[in-house]
Formats: sequence, structure tokens, C-alpha cells
Amino acid sequence: MAEELLTIDHLTKQYGENVILNDVSLTVHKGEVVVVVGSSGCGKSTLLRCINALESIQGGEICLQGEKIEQEGKNITALRQKIGMVFQCYELFPHLTVLNNILLAPVKVQKRREEEVKAEAFELLKRVGLEDKADSYPRQLSGGQKQRIAIVRALCMHPDILLFDEVTAALDPEMVREVLDVILELAEQGRTMIIVTHEMQFAKAVADRIIFIDDGKIIENSKPEQFFSHPETERAKQFLNMFEYKRK
Amino acid sequence: MPDLGIEVLLKGNNLMRLLAGLGVALKISLIAIGLSIPLGILIGMLVNGKNPIIKGIYRVYLEFIRIMPQLVLLFLVYFGTTRAFGWDLSGETASVFVFTLWGTAEMSDLVRGALISIPKHQYESSAALGLNRSQTYFYVIIPQTVRRLLPLSINLITRMIKTTSLILMIGVVEVLKVAQQIIEANRMSSPNAAFGIYLTVFFLYFIACWPISRLAAYLEKKWR
Ligand SMILES: Nc1ncnc2c1ncn2[C@@H]1O[C@H](COP(=O)(O)OP(=O)(O)O)[C@@H](O)[C@H]1O
Ligand SMILES: [Mg+2]
Repeated sequence: MAEELLTIDHLTKQYGENVILNDVSLTVHKGEVVVVVGSSGCGKSTLLRCINALESIQGGEICLQGEKIEQEGKNITALRQKIGMVFQCYELFPHLTVLNNILLAPVKVQKRREEEVKAEAFELLKRVGLEDKADSYPRQLSGGQKQRIAIVRALCMHPDILLFDEVTAALDPEMVREVLDVILELAEQGRTMIIVTHEMQFAKAVADRIIFIDDGKIIENSKPEQFFSHPETERAKQFLNMFEYKRK
Repeated sequence: MPDLGIEVLLKGNNLMRLLAGLGVALKISLIAIGLSIPLGILIGMLVNGKNPIIKGIYRVYLEFIRIMPQLVLLFLVYFGTTRAFGWDLSGETASVFVFTLWGTAEMSDLVRGALISIPKHQYESSAALGLNRSQTYFYVIIPQTVRRLLPLSINLITRMIKTTSLILMIGVVEVLKVAQQIIEANRMSSPNAAFGIYLTVFFLYFIACWPISRLAAYLEKKWR
């Protein structure tokens, strides 16, 4: 088995008295694609946000290549650079062009040479079919285009792991495909990813492993073939049934 | 052609006197604006914090300034405080003081509004890219705040310039006061002068404010 990249050990997340993630443990290996599914409000986004230290945690620990991720830690900005994240709502910087959105962090934070990053940015933009949008502003793009740019922006940081939080949930149906295709290509390149999605067909195709969360707990952790054809728990069966349409 | 009394303008140095009056109005408003903008930014950022005492004092200040007509504030400071505290305040100083008080209140409210209008996910996506706090403010939050703020503060500036027409009421000889003086002096020789002179005053205010509001419109379009 490949090396362990991310380890989540007995993670607990609470908002006040409200337990959102309850004793969650998960290991992600290098090159692995983990898809997280579960009904709305079960804690999927919270899990990703904890991995990126956007949320404080109340118990357990999260380590990236052995380094502990802590919200108040000194090296948190360095760790976050190794974790690429794309959110559900378009979170590009509206005052910057597409190219400057992509360049900002590699140039200003990682202090890499602008020429080098620019060349890489154009290479990636071409791969997602948007090289002609480099000088556009986010407001001039469609939702699907914005999400592809957000993916490129994350990739340009050379992250070790990518987190995707329902990146197609706010898109019109005809734009879902173009974004998911980009993610599929990343999977083929052997990138390590944790993907939260409600697109079950996509999950089946992209996942090495499916994590099913119910009420803040991981209750299934299995191969996609196993999960989709023979879910172990009643909750997972009910969940999968929601995606089936049959006439009574 | 009706007699508009325009010829009065050319008598003696009347036009120069009007321009000098406009100069006084502009001087007072520019000093007040120069003070209000940094103070307003400072206070607007301060009240965006969590301290409830600062917030409470600020609310009272803002409401008080908002409710009070500017003229009442001018009278209060110029006639009221000079009597009550026995100090000697020139009309111009009192005007600068009142306009700064007012401008700072309005400006701080604009800054506060612009800051809270930046959505939370802008902070979060900056953090997710590894930006630290000061990089987030410098590259992401402040540029967006300034873009929202600029057209609004330019509108405030033109409002402040226009409102200086009130300060003749506390004896400051600004453009409107000069106009009255000219009209009064020529009542016998050109009884129609009022129209021409006030029309000139109108154009003077227009020349002072119009470029500024065009700039606001331009920036609004550019940064939409
Ligand atoms: N800032 C917050 N304060 C309190 N509760 C929150 C907050 N954010 C999320 N929650 C709660 O945490 C739970 C999990 O939310 P989330 O992780 O967004 O779910 P999912 O992404 O699986 O739909 C929900 O019940 C939600 O109401
Ligand atoms: Mg969510």
C-alpha cells in the first residue's frame, strides 16, 4: 500500500453542545481518491473544513504527512498550501482577473517566479479549456467556468491533497459534466483527493473508496462496488434509495 | 431679451469676489473632508470589532449626528458653545469642526458597511490558499472594500461641498454670502441682478461638484 498522506484520528467537532463530527477516524493514502457521501447536514463540509483548519476541533487530531494540523499552529499557512480546496459556492476573488486569481498565492505566498507560475497557469487553463479567459473577470464567467478556474487556482499551488466540497451542487445541470470531467482527469493523474458529492454515478466512477457519513459518524468505509451494490447498513440503503426512481 | 442682471458680474471685481467666496467654501469643505476620511476609516474599522462599549458610544454618536440638521449643529457649536464655554471660535473654525464631525460619522458608516459586505468565503478561500491574516487583508479584503467605498465616499464629498452653503448663517463669507452682498449693493442700479448672480453661483457649485460626481459614476461602472 502507498504511504499514508492524511490521517484523521478520533476527530470530534462541536458547535457548543452540538456534536457535529463524532469520533471520526480516516486514513487517506497517497494517490487515493476518497469520496464522501451522506445526507445533507451529516457533517461532510465540516469534515473538509476541519482538514483545512477552517474550523477549530474539540478532540482528536489531523496530520498531513505526520505534521499536525492545528488552527492556531505556527505552520498552518504552510500546511494549508499543501491542501488545495474548492468550495461549493464560487469563491474566486471578484476584483482580480482569472490569471491574477491563479497567480496571487503562488507568487505572493510561495514567492515563486511570476514567469514560471504564469506558464504553468496557461498550461492548466488550456487543459480545462479556458486559456482564452485568462484576462476575464469572474463575473464574466459561467458557474462551470468559475469552478474550473477555482480548480486550476488550487492546482497551481502544487498541493499534496485536494478537497472538493460539492463543487457542482450550485451549477446548472449542463455545466456539471465539464467540471466533473476535470476532476476525473485529476484522478487519472494519480492525485490524492477527498471529494464530497451528490453525483452518485460520478462517485462510482472516480472513487477508490467510499465513506458514508451519518449524523457525524463514519458508518461505512468500503470499495465503491461494495458500497453501491451491497451497502451494509440500513441508513446507507435508505440513502442510496433516494437516488433511484421507480413507478410504484 | 429680459434683463438678467449679468452685467453686474463685470462691475468692479464682483466676479473675483464670487470666486474668492467659492474658494472659502472649498477650503472649509476640503479641510473637513481631509480630516473626515482618515478618521472615518479608523472609526469604521474600530466599530467592526467586538468591543460593545465602543459600539454603543458609536451608535449614539452616529444617531445624534444623523438626526441633527447640519444648521442646528452649526448654531450649537458657533453660538452655543462660544457662550457656554466662553471660548473664541471663528465661523470658519466652527464650520470645519461641524463638517468634520458630520463627515466622520458618515464616512465611518460607509466603511463599516463596506467591510461587512465582504462575504465570509472571501476570507476562507484566502485562508485555504495559505494567505496569512495580513496578506488576506492586503490582497483580498482591502482592495474589494476600497472599490465599494470609493463611489460612495465621492458622493459624500459632493454633499459636503454643497452643504457649505449653510455656513453663511454663522457669518462666514462664502460664495452665497458674497452673492447676497453683491445683489444688495446693486439693488438700485440693477434690480434684476438676483437672477444672474444666483445663476452664476449655481454654475460655480456645478463646476466644483460635477467632475467629482462624474468620477464617481466612472469608477462605479469600472468596478461594478
Ligand atoms: N457555524 C455553524 N454553527 C453551528 N452549526 C453549524 C455551523 N456550520 C454547520 N453547522 C451544523 O453542522 C452540521 C453539519 O453541517 P455540514 O458539515 O455543512 O453538513 P453537510 O455538508 O454534510 O451538508 C449541520 O447540522 C449544520 O447545521
Ligand atoms: Mg456541505
